[in-house]
Amino acid sequence: MSVRVLPVGDDALLVELASGAEAEALHAELLRRRAAGLLSAREIVPAARTVLLDGLTDPGRVASELAAADVPPAPPRADAAVEIPIRYDGPDLAEVAALWGVPEEEAARIHAAAEFRVAFCGFAPGFGYLTGLPPRYDVPRRATPRTAVPAGSVALAGPYTGVYPRASPGGWQLIGSTEAVLWDHTRVPAALLSPGTRVRFVPVGPAGRAGSAGSTGRMGTS
Amino acid sequence: MSDRAVSVVRAGALTTVQDRGRPGHAHLGVPRSGALDAPAAALVNRLVGNRPDAAVLETTLTGCALRPRSDVTVAVGGAPCRVTVDGGPVAWGAPVRVPAGALLDIGPAVSGVRTYVALAGGVIVEPVLGSRSTDLLSGLGPAPLTDGTVLPLGPERVPHARVDVAPQPAPPAELVLRVTLGPRDDWFTQEALRVFASRTFLVSSASNRIGLRTEGPALERARDGELASEGMVLGAVQVPPAGRPVVFLADHPTTGGYPVIGVVRTGDLAAAAQAAPGTPVRFVAVRRR
Repeated sequence: MSVRVLPVGDDALLVELASGAEAEALHAELLRRRAAGLLSAREIVPAARTVLLDGLTDPGRVASELAAADVPPAPPRADAAVEIPIRYDGPDLAEVAALWGVPEEEAARIHAAAEFRVAFCGFAPGFGYLTGLPPRYDVPRRATPRTAVPAGSVALAGPYTGVYPRASPGGWQLIGSTEAVLWDHTRVPAALLSPGTRVRFVPVGPAGRAGSAGSTGRMGTS
Repeated sequence: MSDRAVSVVRAGALTTVQDRGRPGHAHLGVPRSGALDAPAAALVNRLVGNRPDAAVLETTLTGCALRPRSDVTVAVGGAPCRVTVDGGPVAWGAPVRVPAGALLDIGPAVSGVRTYVALAGGVIVEPVLGSRSTDLLSGLGPAPLTDGTVLPLGPERVPHARVDVAPQPAPPAELVLRVTLGPRDDWFTQEALRVFASRTFLVSSASNRIGLRTEGPALERARDGELASEGMVLGAVQVPPAGRPVVFLADHPTTGGYPVIGVVRTGDLAAAAQAAPGTPVRFVAVRRR
């Protein structure tokens, strides 16, 4: 594992890795070290190919430890996968199916057959970047973002699948909708998905365009 | 104590509830939020005898007006302004006793941007993830105040801090921000790095709690392409494609895809919170501690 450690301000480090899988592995290892009392960090933020450590008391020491670190692959998670019910009724499903060169029903089947993991979160509270589709199914963002994407929309961009926790602008390809509540600050934990969580999408009912994705999954405050 | 509350008579342009924010949840996409001028919020809390993590009000340029339902001690700090109780002037930057039913008016900022109002007992709206702060990026916490909002207050602690008046820094006529370079300074040309650390920018009127935006010379990139999303810190100076630096403040996104040329020292962010649009800004490169 090649690790590049970049200082960020006075008390943070950005650790750059060669791949998303390596970033996931380092993130798991850093959580383990923090839980064991070997690392004091206020924030450990995984992203596409990096892990940010913020609020470090001794960034210099942590940087030299990381440069010499031997990080095992992320251990398999013992907890069950979160199942997200989905209707494959998104307005971009046809376009995604065309990009994949398959009929819409087959696109839905491919997506529902994959096992996903939350690589990282960002964009909005509870929004996870899920990996798990083979690279040949990467899709571009839409050329023109939508000004309003309904809450509960299931969408694709690049190698990622995501679910919009609340209505917001967005440029991802909308393939379906869910009634799962991705974020509820009165719930513990508030976020349905956090980095490392395993996820499966479970089709419910027949595919159709009559879903009401905007009416559920809204955040408690707005 | 059930009537320990204040009514908002005039909410002003943007008044929010703020405390020390909700750090520790960035991995879920939750911004830290919290008072932008943290030292000012801490000082007004101290003046009324509150704990440092009590929630205060943060106004923006135009102040606000409140009517307490019971006698309450208040203190006003941050951006200097005229403060009146039922029309009569009272002290700014000192504890003031406001009788039940009187009108406390926090006038427009004479200089600076954000005035802080501490009420003894603190504002005790329902916390979200351990904080009562309004986060304007993600919508967490209470909505910005509107006329007629009623805010519950906690019990007053006694005795109050024995402080009559406290000195506070004046809002900056010129904002000087100390910056450590990186982590993505290698995305910029040598000329861009020279321009960044030597030229004067201006605070843009598009600035908000998410970021201090600037106008001025564009910083040219040394490389094309997109940066994969990566974690962002408070004070990060992100440079979008147009080339004008943006300094990330408390409501900043937790990840971002534009390169960060440098990071502003945390101690300089209170001044950034008080720099009005049009204020000259200089970035001064300093060595990492």
